[in-house]
Amino acid sequence: MGRITLDKVTKSFGAVEVIPPLDLTIEDGEFTVFVGPSGCGKSTLLRLIAGLEDVSSGQIRIDSKDATDVPPARRGLAMVFQSYALYPHMSVRKNIAFPLRMARMDRAEIDRRVEAAASVLNLTDYLDRRPGQLSGGQRQRVAIGRAIVREPAAFLFDEPLSNLDAALRVGMRLEISELHERLTTTMIYVTHDQVEAMTMADRIVVLRAGHIEQVGSPLELYRTPRNLFVAGFIGSPRMNFIEGELARRVGAHTLGIRPEHIAVSDSGGEWSGTVGVSEHLGSDTMFHVHGTGLAETITVRADGEVGFKHGDRIHMTPRPDAMHRFDAAGLRIG
Amino acid sequence: MARAVTPKRKAITTALAWAAGLVIFFPILWTILTSFKTEAQAISDPPVFLFFDWTLENYGIVQERSDYMRFLWNSVVISLGSTLLGVAIAVPAAWSMAFVPSKRTKDILLWMLSTKMLPAVGVLYPIYLLFIRFGLLDSRAGLVVVIMLINLPIIVWMLYTYFREIPGEILEAARMDGATLKEEILYVLTPMAVPGIASTVLLNVILAWNEAFWTLNLTAAKAAPLTAFIASYSSPEGLFYAKLSAASTMAIAPILVLGWFSQKQLVRGLTFGAVK
Repeated sequence: MGRITLDKVTKSFGAVEVIPPLDLTIEDGEFTVFVGPSGCGKSTLLRLIAGLEDVSSGQIRIDSKDATDVPPARRGLAMVFQSYALYPHMSVRKNIAFPLRMARMDRAEIDRRVEAAASVLNLTDYLDRRPGQLSGGQRQRVAIGRAIVREPAAFLFDEPLSNLDAALRVGMRLEISELHERLTTTMIYVTHDQVEAMTMADRIVVLRAGHIEQVGSPLELYRTPRNLFVAGFIGSPRMNFIEGELARRVGAHTLGIRPEHIAVSDSGGEWSGTVGVSEHLGSDTMFHVHGTGLAETITVRADGEVGFKHGDRIHMTPRPDAMHRFDAAGLRIG
Repeated sequence: MARAVTPKRKAITTALAWAAGLVIFFPILWTILTSFKTEAQAISDPPVFLFFDWTLENYGIVQERSDYMRFLWNSVVISLGSTLLGVAIAVPAAWSMAFVPSKRTKDILLWMLSTKMLPAVGVLYPIYLLFIRFGLLDSRAGLVVVIMLINLPIIVWMLYTYFREIPGEILEAARMDGATLKEEILYVLTPMAVPGIASTVLLNVILAWNEAFWTLNLTAAKAAPLTAFIASYSSPEGLFYAKLSAASTMAIAPILVLGWFSQKQLVRGLTFGAVK
């Protein structure tokens, strides 16, 4: 079981309040991702749940029991750190066994669990090596191994993939998702990478300056972002924001339209403009278009076969049902 | 840009380094040489350097006259005892300063270090009275405590510097893994800091071994270490340079050997925090 409830939790460092009163419930078995730009308080929030930081006020409940003043070791949570935080003087086997040793588990059971975790994570051949002799991906797997042997109520991941190279990151992302499918244990995952958030999460919590901007499934956030911040943060490339006459025409202060929701043609359309930079990804092409009568550059995602070049005059048509309208305060209309 | 090192430049700097090394080492070398001379050769003018009648006579007389092993044993007990006791006290102190620092941590460190600037003789009287009061005069236990206190600021400071190089996340991981504070320090922090702790122990054993002020003032016979052994040759029957040199050589030999074999650790210990 692993249902985690934050009840009016706040955190201040000295006079600086980094987490204003915050309520959040993470359901048992859910994969929740905290996402936001750096300094938004997502790591602090995770550390509050872990017990590595004390809350300034409010209550944290784990499975309806008050855990606010329970030390980290007794919360039944396991954490995977960005730096892996392996014990450099211990072999992989001892690293993975460490939490079990601390729990005074008997030797045979420790060996059984370590072997099981190692086989799940493809670490069997490396059990007698030291962390220093492993690659980044292997180290990360050891860190995950150390977390899973305890069979915790929930896993906490603090940007676990940000030290890995791009290819490895995609692989580990899948491994963690598969692990979640198999264990069905609550996981809380902190990242600044919205692609990780979108691909892994059951539910995303978007944070800014310690505030929750929106909570929802990846597609909810993509389809109905509650405000400009979420609209701009979720989705890649980011949503185009258009102000002025074009926005006023649809009854908004700001009009938002995602690059993939704009059709381009050379014959005719609602808006027109000149192609600036075009980025060819093979499957898609991104056009950065200087729209006529628009202050902003519009990003358009088109099929990889579309062959406009720098300087071409083109026409763009936004999909009417995919337009997002925001008021002057940046909140979604309708 | 790296400076070009020409062979000529290298030869000159090497020669200079050797010359400097020799100058620093010369008094010790002279002491060792003198210990093998007769008393007459030891004070001959002009002094003889290498060409004299080498003799072990002085060592024989010194050993006959005083029980070297007893002094040696006292030195070992006092220097090791004070260092290990100091490390046991300093590890938790340095842990809290390195990993749970407060606004005043830096001030406390400086204040602790500032006690080293106090002339020892300034507190001789109160400490002497305390020693009388508690019956600690001429006891190894008393010296272990005093020398531990004298070196404690250095031990704390050195360990603090080493601990700061250990990433806090690893200790947090230990906490998440269910380690109590004691287990965290015992199983994670201390093994990771072994090189640092080793340099600290080495340096402080040497400092304690060489400590002369307190050992001379607070001991008479029973607990007297090698410093007192040397001092006992410096005056009573007029100066006998050759015997004094033999005693000195016997006193510094163990620590010299220890220092020689642990050069690497020591250099790291003395330059702690300088790199990085």
